[in-house]
Amino acid sequence: MALDQSFVGRSYPPTEPYEVGREKIREFAEAVGDTNPAYTDPEAAKAFGHPDVIAPPTFVFSITFKAAGQVVQDPQLGLDYSRVVHGDQKFAYTRPVCAGDRLTVTSTIEAVKTMAGNDILDVRGEVHDEAGEHVVTAWTKLVARGLDAEEGQA
Amino acid sequence: MTAKIAYGDVEVGTELPAQNFPVTRATLVQYAGASGDFNPIHWNEKFAKEVGLPDVIAHGMFTMAEAIRVVTDWTGDPAAVVEYGVRFTKPVVVPNDDEGATIEVSGKVAAKLDDNKVRVDLLVKSAGQKVLGMSRAVVQLA
Repeated sequence: MALDQSFVGRSYPPTEPYEVGREKIREFAEAVGDTNPAYTDPEAAKAFGHPDVIAPPTFVFSITFKAAGQVVQDPQLGLDYSRVVHGDQKFAYTRPVCAGDRLTVTSTIEAVKTMAGNDILDVRGEVHDEAGEHVVTAWTKLVARGLDAEEGQA
Repeated sequence: MTAKIAYGDVEVGTELPAQNFPVTRATLVQYAGASGDFNPIHWNEKFAKEVGLPDVIAHGMFTMAEAIRVVTDWTGDPAAVVEYGVRFTKPVVVPNDDEGATIEVSGKVAAKLDDNKVRVDLLVKSAGQKVLGMSRAVVQLA
């Protein structure tokens, strides 16, 4: 089923703040096996010029993808979520995510396409801190595979 | 941001130290918990095969997280990464044994940009196949 083109440019209301915890960052760093002290040792992070431990570059995806849920599960859009795989992912950082941040995400539909039987959805998530300053933007391309397609992986 | 690599010390073609990252079923369970992504294709072999996959596969975001370590280990301060993007082209298949799979990552400076930034292109493979495409980071150097 072709997706509704009128959704391009639609923005969703900002999410409730997500408070970034030191121990959640530690848990994530351990899960990816990354021993960089900037993720776990506040003094090491301060030596790099950060106010507290920072999160690995891809940590924020958990927050932006949850926010994108309000887009992909919008019944009016009509995306078949059971066939969705992750196509592309990109981040652009103004600064790293830091313990103590209270982050909100504003999701916008950038593009809606149907190519080779696949429905393709591009969602941009703008992440801001409590002061309203930009932290990072995440672009996520989701592909709802047609019955014959074999691209992407989840 | 205080990268330990100076812009003047790198050229187009400068190679970053390559690394291999092991991934087992236990790794995927741990990553599922840490990331909140509990899609069963990453831990349930029966489910993965029912949806047409050869076996359990790693989270794409796990592979993305491993690949950038080649850059953040090079710069010291992870905040040196100002942009990072990938395309998920092939799955990392993780068998249910003691060895699991290996994600092999190499990278090199592909372009020198303004303001002491460089573009690093990453080559990310598993079992002889490229698993990420268009895998690039823009990195702020000293």
